[in-house]
Amino acid sequence: MGFFVEVLLSGLMAGVLYSLVALGFVLIFKASGVFNFAQGAMVLFAALTFVRLLDILKDSFAPITLSLIITIAMMVMLAMAIERLVLRPLVNQPGISLFMATLGIAYFLDGFGQTLWGSDIYTLDIGIPKGSIFILESVFDGGVLVAKEDLVATVIAGLLVVTLAIFFQKTRIGRALRAVADDHQAAQSIGIPLNYIWVIVWTVAGLVALVAGVIWGSKLGVQFSLSLIALKALPVLILGGFESVLGAVIGGLIIGAGEKLSEIYIGPYVGGGIEYWFAYMLALGFLMFRPQGLFGEVHIDRV
Amino acid sequence: MKYGTLLRTLLLSVPLVIAGCGQEDGASDATTSNEVTQSAGSSDGIIVDVSDPNAQFVPVLSYRTGPYAPNGMPVANGFTEYLKLINARDGGINGVKISFEECETGYATARSIECYERLKGKGPTGAAVFNPMSTGATFAITEKAPVDKIPLITMGYGRSESRNGGVFPWNFPIYGTYWTAADVLVTHLGDINGGLDNLKGKKIALVYHDSPFGKEPIPLLEKRASMHDFELIKLPVTHPGVEQKSAWINIRKEQPDYVLLWGWGVMNSTAIKEATGVRYPRDQIYGIWWAGAEPDVRPAAADAVGYQAVSMISSGQAQVHKDILSYLYDAGLGSGERAGVGEVLYNVGLLNAALVVESIRTAQSKYGEKPLTGEQVRWGIENLNITEENIQDLGLSGYMYPVNLSCSDHEGKRAARLHRWNGESWEYSTDWISADDAVLQPMVKSAADTYAKEAGLPANACES
Amino acid sequence: MFYREAGQFKTSYKADQAVFPIFQDRIFVAIWLFLGFVVVPMLANEYVFRAIFIPVIIMALAAIGLNLLVGYCGQVSLGSGAFMAVGAYAAYNFMIRIPELNPLICFLLGGLSATVVGVIFGIPSLRIKGFYLAVATLALQFFTDWTFSRIDWFTNYTPSGSIAVQPVEVWGFVFDSPIRKYLLCLTVLVIFTVIAKNLVRGRIGRAWMATRDMDVAAEIIGIRPIYAKLSAFAVSSFFIGVAGALWAYVHLGSWEPLAFDINLSFSILFMVIIGGLGSIVGGMLGATFITLLPLFLNQLPIWLGINMSTAMVSHLEYMIFGGLIIFFLAVEPLGLARIWQITKEKLRLWPFPH
Repeated sequence: MGFFVEVLLSGLMAGVLYSLVALGFVLIFKASGVFNFAQGAMVLFAALTFVRLLDILKDSFAPITLSLIITIAMMVMLAMAIERLVLRPLVNQPGISLFMATLGIAYFLDGFGQTLWGSDIYTLDIGIPKGSIFILESVFDGGVLVAKEDLVATVIAGLLVVTLAIFFQKTRIGRALRAVADDHQAAQSIGIPLNYIWVIVWTVAGLVALVAGVIWGSKLGVQFSLSLIALKALPVLILGGFESVLGAVIGGLIIGAGEKLSEIYIGPYVGGGIEYWFAYMLALGFLMFRPQGLFGEVHIDRV
Repeated sequence: MKYGTLLRTLLLSVPLVIAGCGQEDGASDATTSNEVTQSAGSSDGIIVDVSDPNAQFVPVLSYRTGPYAPNGMPVANGFTEYLKLINARDGGINGVKISFEECETGYATARSIECYERLKGKGPTGAAVFNPMSTGATFAITEKAPVDKIPLITMGYGRSESRNGGVFPWNFPIYGTYWTAADVLVTHLGDINGGLDNLKGKKIALVYHDSPFGKEPIPLLEKRASMHDFELIKLPVTHPGVEQKSAWINIRKEQPDYVLLWGWGVMNSTAIKEATGVRYPRDQIYGIWWAGAEPDVRPAAADAVGYQAVSMISSGQAQVHKDILSYLYDAGLGSGERAGVGEVLYNVGLLNAALVVESIRTAQSKYGEKPLTGEQVRWGIENLNITEENIQDLGLSGYMYPVNLSCSDHEGKRAARLHRWNGESWEYSTDWISADDAVLQPMVKSAADTYAKEAGLPANACES
Repeated sequence: MFYREAGQFKTSYKADQAVFPIFQDRIFVAIWLFLGFVVVPMLANEYVFRAIFIPVIIMALAAIGLNLLVGYCGQVSLGSGAFMAVGAYAAYNFMIRIPELNPLICFLLGGLSATVVGVIFGIPSLRIKGFYLAVATLALQFFTDWTFSRIDWFTNYTPSGSIAVQPVEVWGFVFDSPIRKYLLCLTVLVIFTVIAKNLVRGRIGRAWMATRDMDVAAEIIGIRPIYAKLSAFAVSSFFIGVAGALWAYVHLGSWEPLAFDINLSFSILFMVIIGGLGSIVGGMLGATFITLLPLFLNQLPIWLGINMSTAMVSHLEYMIFGGLIIFFLAVEPLGLARIWQITKEKLRLWPFPH
């Protein structure tokens, strides 16, 4: 039983990180209807920028704060550039063209980031505790072993998710974002500046990418593979629904737990390595019952 | 209106690109880029143009971008810098300068094939020898090389059965195959347990990169498992290996006595991190030589102390490194950072290039001191006989080993040492451990025979 | 004045329904076929065959296949790499298990196996749409990656899971030299293009397009979505499966599951979008563009004599590739096929614009 809980817990903790990446997707999809495949590249770009600035500024008075500020500034600039150079020329294009354009952004960022900052592996240490601890020893025999890094990452990711949810629900900008998500034209006609909103969501997605990048980067070292974690977030999206913040959170937890449990309890019988496709199959199974995802919005087609 | 957008996009993207280039220059003190450093010194006679009719052309397949770049860069640096050094210090091989061209593969097989096709005909005599630097690419190029008559040196990777020169006349897995490495590891585990028979009942887990590279050792380990009655637990990790929590939860559940790590790139450092997370002792983890370099342990830092890996060549500097620093880096012709010279993967690239150069030298003794064709270089590799004195003369003492190849044996050396990460550097932790050829030979034979039969080749071209 | 259809009267239904009703088009196609089958084999060298023509032709076949699904039926799929893998592995298994079978039959059987898989994984398209479907097809992508690397039967128990094949031999004729491989691929492409062209002009093609434009409306006018969607998946997977078998046998010669990974799926989708949705010519143009652009960008510095590090070249290649994708999408959202069409319209009047 203790072992089961351990597997479950590690799955849930992985799931929170998937949620974090998925959130980036959801934010952008909600506000601009773009399925942003560059989210992974943004994670890499943000983390690379941060870790290399940290290295350059290591002798200054507050290296972490300074690099954080500069990185955020870069992400804002990136969001503006994307809005100006990609979204605006492509306005009113079908979704698939926009999706392909974000793949273009991903290629560009992969090349740009490596040109700017190099393609080596960079160690990132911002003081996240290492090692592992036993918890719940009173409940289960032998306790449950968890890595401290994972715990801290979960807490940070959880906080961010809550903040974003509040931002979306309670603030003025959040309400504007939701209005844009519901109906672009109606939102524009009541005076919500569309371009400005786009810059904001892409900036927020950039910040989410930065947090995800720093968490993963401090665990794995910052290097190119970070851009591939986007693929892990996709089943979360289809499970939770492209438009739902809550869906991204719940979906992440289900996918995380599901893939770890399947790998441990089914994997050994079929040769292992099933977690990659299992997550997708799980999501696909859900879709057969709810085609718009767990918390997605039902669209009614009119003929 | 459409063209208005076009123009706007164009105009707006120009400053962005310029800004990018500008920042590249600004950041070049941190990331040394080639074109900046190359312009600093005179490269006459060191960088030889590919079209030079008197130079021997050596193709270089490298990966300096993508998920495997941290590992690909030092290998490529070591390889090319040795070639440059031969031109700079010795004036080429017996006066024949070496020209080379790098082609970026991104560790992708399809791209490697394109690079192979692109480079194979360059230079006055075509490519001398290919080093694919990837097991997947080696499999693909193995099918093409015999047609083009270009040999492959696959030092420490590629097809394990390709050491059988009777079936694979163009493949040269010099200094070890994956089966050799796996056998060395099992032998070592036997040694520390007081004999291979004491492995009975033990559990050994293999955490492997889910690709031909990672699967290569499995047949040998399975055979060893049935011979000595230990249990082999196979745990695949999907490329590129950033998510492998499940494998390590499985290890925590099974508590194997040893873990063999068959990874490449980011998979290795992640594995060590995860091992820390599940509190698996690092000194019970043994890596393949591709999992035993600085990029694999540095991100894990102190957590990696005690981790060992089988080693073709470890870190450190010999005379040749000093030469590289003085001839190339002091002249501003280095391709990486000074500190990188002498790292494990740098030395792997260096040793690989040294084998190429010595093969060409050997071939020149038969065919004359001029640019040679791939077929002639193949003869040179097969008749390679490197002695301790040669190594001394090359300034590679301790970083190259005597080797004597023959038609039937394209591997030459079936022994390796283990090295251990002490938190600062890699240091040898064992003496030479030999693989048991009585186990390997029948496996090589049967695998090579199967291949020969499927491909319609003679079973043993050496005897004819 | 070069492309004027005025004066070309059709006197029979048969003539009116020809594949290329316009005289200039027929000439044009004939010129292309002549170039492809006669001129190119005389001029091209080995590198051009192996690294350019063969991959472009096979990719064009795959892109046409995907275009039938995405461009004509409106179902977005990110699983093309998986269909190619199914085609390749199935062809391999037919070939080694029934050695007397003609390899060309094996390629078709590979395509048929992909069809079966395509229909099964097309079933979700009856329930889900748009990006949900796109991401769902990724399930197939990862599932095949896993299947072919984990189930040893498919790879005939080779220890490393990597497959090596012999040159294709048909009735004693061995397709071993680049020029023979090239002609084989080109012939297959031409045949399949004719099939595709006729399919999309016919009843089934019209059913697909109706489903694409508005599936509810299509249903009302009597097109059964299950029939339209699944047939699109079937035909498309067949094309892609055959392309996969060719890719494996003719281009790669030896491969591992990673050769058919998600990047391949993305690049085929790129070809379709950049080439032009719902256009056969677009598939070919897209395949040419997407396959050659990186090679071109990668070799450009050497041709221009610019001394640049390999890494820098590669990074620039990524950046320019990404930039050009966005640029093309912005400038010509209907793809290269649309540019081709505009050219044709211009040619109608040129050089007398009024």
